Amino acid sequence: MDILRFATAGSVDDGKSTLIGRLLYDTKTVFADQIEAVERVSAERGEERVNLALLTDGLRAEREQGITIDVAYRYFATPQRKFIIADTPGHIQYTRNMVTGASTADLALVLVDARKGIIEQSRRHAFLATLLQVPHIVLCVNKMDLVDYSQEVYNAIHEEFKAFATKLRIPDLTVIPVSALNGDNVVSRSENMPWYEGTSLLHHLENVHIASDRNLIDARFPVQYVIRPQSDAWHDYRGYAGQVAGGVFRKGDDVIVLPSGFTSKVASVETADGEIDAAYPPMSVTIRLEDDVDVSRGDMICRPNNQPEVSQDIDAMICWMDEKAELRPGAKYAIKHTTRTARTIVKDLTYRLDINSLHRDESAGSLRLNEIGRVVLRSTQPLMADEYSRNRTTGGFILIDEGTNRTVGAGMITEAR
Amino acid sequence: MADAELSNYQLSQLDLLEAESIHMFREVIAEFERPVLMFSGGKDSIVMLKLAQRAFYPANIPMPVLHVDTGQNFPEVLELRDRLAAELNLQLIVGSVQEAIDNGSVVEPPDGTRNRIQTPVLLETLEKHRFQAIFGGARRDEDKARAKERVYSFRDEFGQWDPKNQRPELWSLYNGRTHVGESIRVFPLSNWTELDIWTYIEHEDIELPSIYYAHDREVVDRGGMLFAVNEFIVPKADEKVVTKRVRYRTVGDATLTAAVESDADTIDKVIEEVASTRVTERGATRGDDKFSEASMEDRKREGYF
Repeated sequence: MDILRFATAGSVDDGKSTLIGRLLYDTKTVFADQIEAVERVSAERGEERVNLALLTDGLRAEREQGITIDVAYRYFATPQRKFIIADTPGHIQYTRNMVTGASTADLALVLVDARKGIIEQSRRHAFLATLLQVPHIVLCVNKMDLVDYSQEVYNAIHEEFKAFATKLRIPDLTVIPVSALNGDNVVSRSENMPWYEGTSLLHHLENVHIASDRNLIDARFPVQYVIRPQSDAWHDYRGYAGQVAGGVFRKGDDVIVLPSGFTSKVASVETADGEIDAAYPPMSVTIRLEDDVDVSRGDMICRPNNQPEVSQDIDAMICWMDEKAELRPGAKYAIKHTTRTARTIVKDLTYRLDINSLHRDESAGSLRLNEIGRVVLRSTQPLMADEYSRNRTTGGFILIDEGTNRTVGAGMITEAR
Repeated sequence: MADAELSNYQLSQLDLLEAESIHMFREVIAEFERPVLMFSGGKDSIVMLKLAQRAFYPANIPMPVLHVDTGQNFPEVLELRDRLAAELNLQLIVGSVQEAIDNGSVVEPPDGTRNRIQTPVLLETLEKHRFQAIFGGARRDEDKARAKERVYSFRDEFGQWDPKNQRPELWSLYNGRTHVGESIRVFPLSNWTELDIWTYIEHEDIELPSIYYAHDREVVDRGGMLFAVNEFIVPKADEKVVTKRVRYRTVGDATLTAAVESDADTIDKVIEEVASTRVTERGATRGDDKFSEASMEDRKREGYF
């Protein structure tokens, strides 16, 4: 059994909470006491039916205002897979949360209301999912019961979205007609839509192939921590602990340590259980080298014939996440990229992207909360940079405001130079 | 493994969860000067200890462990807590609620429950030792408020959580920056479920306090919850003491943690039971979470885990 992480996007009106509630309920994930609590609260508030959104709204303010504030994580499992849902609110002001949820997702689930079809928000969600390089996208055409399960309605939405998707270069798109309220095509195939030849949503989630989404070509091992036991038994032990970010590492491999450029060979790849044959993403292991070279946190172990760009200058797409300060050219931030932290200055804001029209505004002078743009950064130290499209771990970074300590930006490297 | 096979490899869910948790442990130890691991001797904290051990092997766990003892804990749990800390060469710091009551720094509520007064004792202990990063074993599947909490949970100088002012957390990049007095609570088990915990306990052959497995015990029924009769729970005149076959799903303060009826006396039976159960572990066993729709959120805002 493996794990599929998926992000859901949509507003309350799309029936997102109902869909998630349905998945949790039909897979027997919602517990009796949770159902009881929701029933009790719905009744106390005089609501006519059990409000499944209460299952997913966690905070007092959310329940009081009937809105979803933040990313919530939910878990369910079937005999095939364990699922982690990053449930993100869909309103425009929460682009930040959608980006956060999508950053680790294998799949993004975009919901549309069959009566309304593709709206601005659906395009925005699909765009953010592709910006974050989520490998699989599922478009759920919901509320099919309210359009008499019409194949024509479904086909029109499907066609419209496919045309839009071509512009975004979505690697894998699946479209499923559902009724979350009635459970059509959620867990099992619906008899109400005999014209639909695909699988149910859950069946798709259980079977979508994600093993090949990982980068097994470019060997990347950001060193997190140097293990040096202060004990007599392990006196000369020196191991480099980290999580494999790409490729495969084996004993005997020629390696280069960046940015220093020292070369050596892998003496062993280890876990607490002892030596292992090979390490691949996202395994947490310890690598030992044959030579006593200088390696510390923030360095990256790679193969000599396949190296990332080692550069202080990068171009990147930034999603700005701070309510208070704006990103402006000339501003300085802390940058955290893999295990390396440096300082960086915004040399240029190349353009701001209108995420609805995809129009590039080259005259923009700043990025505000939830805005996305392309920037040129110069850092105090070289970064071992891959394009984000090639590797989400070695291509992603965050910007931190050094005064407030807040995480203010999420960055995706487009080019190192 | 041949390269062709490699392109189809899958890590099991336990391997994935463990790899992610070990990454979190290493990040914190690499970036913070004064980390500490909350350790009560309960199952989640024992799993935390195991993960920490595996993250830094063959070195020892590079931080002390801390328990806030309400003075009303099960002896089996405290015994294992002390033994594990000694075996692993760990400094065990105990923040004592009883001492705090005795010296007047907190006041015991009239009903004798000590959950709420744990928090000031925790905060005082953290402050005294100037801990900046505090590992906790909380999981997001436990509670609705926890479902929204970050892996690195930023706390102000009062240890308080502000759900509306959380740092975005992307990829596996964690922002642990703090000003003096502020701290980060770190939750490496965020993405684990109760069933994952038990499967891992089985997989790694981890020893737990015996009370997690079915045993006969004298209990009283209070509002549908079975509380053990012992020095902390004295039956009231109208309460009937009965002997039942029970086990604990969670372990905390004896006055607040209830047992569930169960025949699961082995790990395999417990896993089977957890896999088929229809009630959350906190809902079944924790008096402290029943007070209101938002009781966990309120306690977190005050500085609780």
